[in-house]
Amino acid sequence: MSYSEKVINHYTNPQNVGTLDAKSKSVGTGLVGAPECGDVMRLQIEVDEKTGTIVDAKFKTFGCGSAIASSSLATEWLKGKTIDDACAIDNMEIVEELKLPPVKIHCSVLAEDAIKQAVADYRKKNNLPEMPSVPM
Amino acid sequence: MLKLPIYLDNNATTAMDKRVLDHMLPYFTEHFGNAASRNHSFGWVAEVAVEKGREQVASLIGADNKEIIFTSGATEGDNLALKGVYEMYKSKGNHIITCVIEHKAVLDACRHLEKLGAEVTYLPVQNDGLVDLKQLEVAIKPETILIAIMYANNEIGVIQPIRAIADLAKKHNILFFSDATQAVGKIPVDVINDGIDIMAFSSHKIYGPQGVGALYVRRKNPRVKVTAQIDGGGHERGMRSGTLNVAGIVGFGKACALRQEEMEEDNKRIVKLRDHLESQLLKIEESYLNGNKVHRLPHVSNISFKYVEGEGLLMGFNKNIALSSGSACTSASLEPSYVLKALGLGDDLAHSSLRFGLSRTTTREEIDYTIEQITKTVEKLRMMSPLWEMYKDGVDLSTIEWNHH
Repeated sequence: MSYSEKVINHYTNPQNVGTLDAKSKSVGTGLVGAPECGDVMRLQIEVDEKTGTIVDAKFKTFGCGSAIASSSLATEWLKGKTIDDACAIDNMEIVEELKLPPVKIHCSVLAEDAIKQAVADYRKKNNLPEMPSVPM
Repeated sequence: MLKLPIYLDNNATTAMDKRVLDHMLPYFTEHFGNAASRNHSFGWVAEVAVEKGREQVASLIGADNKEIIFTSGATEGDNLALKGVYEMYKSKGNHIITCVIEHKAVLDACRHLEKLGAEVTYLPVQNDGLVDLKQLEVAIKPETILIAIMYANNEIGVIQPIRAIADLAKKHNILFFSDATQAVGKIPVDVINDGIDIMAFSSHKIYGPQGVGALYVRRKNPRVKVTAQIDGGGHERGMRSGTLNVAGIVGFGKACALRQEEMEEDNKRIVKLRDHLESQLLKIEESYLNGNKVHRLPHVSNISFKYVEGEGLLMGFNKNIALSSGSACTSASLEPSYVLKALGLGDDLAHSSLRFGLSRTTTREEIDYTIEQITKTVEKLRMMSPLWEMYKDGVDLSTIEWNHH
């Protein structure tokens, strides 16, 4: 299987690899996937309390190149977005941007789930109402 | 001078030896006859070439020429052996014993026979990949007609106790079939000493052309017969019809002759390179060798690098190094290697494995470059791996509730 140039770029130069303080009230963490499935994605967002805007995003991913690229791309997209807008990111946007083949669509689903879970975690910590349809 | 890309996937296929190609060439355009054409010189020349090839193939495995049936490769050989034996001997019994780490060609042929009424026992293997002889003997029943155990495994290179299995088969008057695709030409294989009744192998794993292989079928003590699975002109003593692949057989024969001459010398060098590769890679923290370390092919190594995923790892260098991974991501299925799982490896370790297959042309420079690239990529990906971070923080990964997709 050959990879798209964008996947290769993200794999070679991943953006926003790292860890935010999961205990901080302003940080939301999403951990999705499972080691036995060959994919684990951890995505974290730091939110400005006043504006509800994501000021920083970090990821760490155990998985194939497409999973790494999907999470790297997601962190890029998240910065500057409100948490509501973040939840509106659809996995198919990631598929299109990275030109993922059908067998790799699950990587984009994982990234979407990670975003939603990170936002849900932030909301819960800050006693904000939960969005409906959040997969937990 | 290091030439890229490097090929270390020699369990999948090997580069054809130039000397083999040179032998084959005249048989495409000049001596193109059909070996079954009895009435003219074109046919005679082809037949002589085929018989010479048959002799070379037989000689490598200590067989008689008449015991070699040419096939299109080991998959066909496996199918012919299993289905052909079942069809020929099913009046004596319907039970077959095999093991869970066999090649798919064997496992799927067995599944097919189950649909036709066969009963198949799939023996587990021990953590090192070896079949337990006691378990094997316990599995034998009065209805058992065949034991099918591979000579050496394609993913981990583990060599089974072939002679001991053959003795058990003989003791209970059962036929013994071995898929020796990875072993023939790589280590000494002798059907008499090893006590094998039927054996499948292939040309392209030993620097010969693709698309040709052989099935050894014993002719005495006992005389074995298999029912043909391809009907037609009655070629190959009626066991495999179809115009013979003359050029392929010439190449296969030459490849066998070269292996017979050079295997021992080649192995001295290959095993040193393999051991160097392995010892350096096992210096990486949390890396594990898969399969028995002693009873193993000299050119194979299978290593898991915990907390990094195999395909992600390959991507770090697969432009320059050709390797194979036991990870599910490299194949269409979502399950990681069934061979590694059969050794009792967790899915996480199975997903993290790489298979190295060296060849007669592998160089020290190539191995050093590979060690450097893999060490670097493992380190890079671990910095990116949430599992590595958790491991380093002392988190027990088994206590986490993962959400499975």
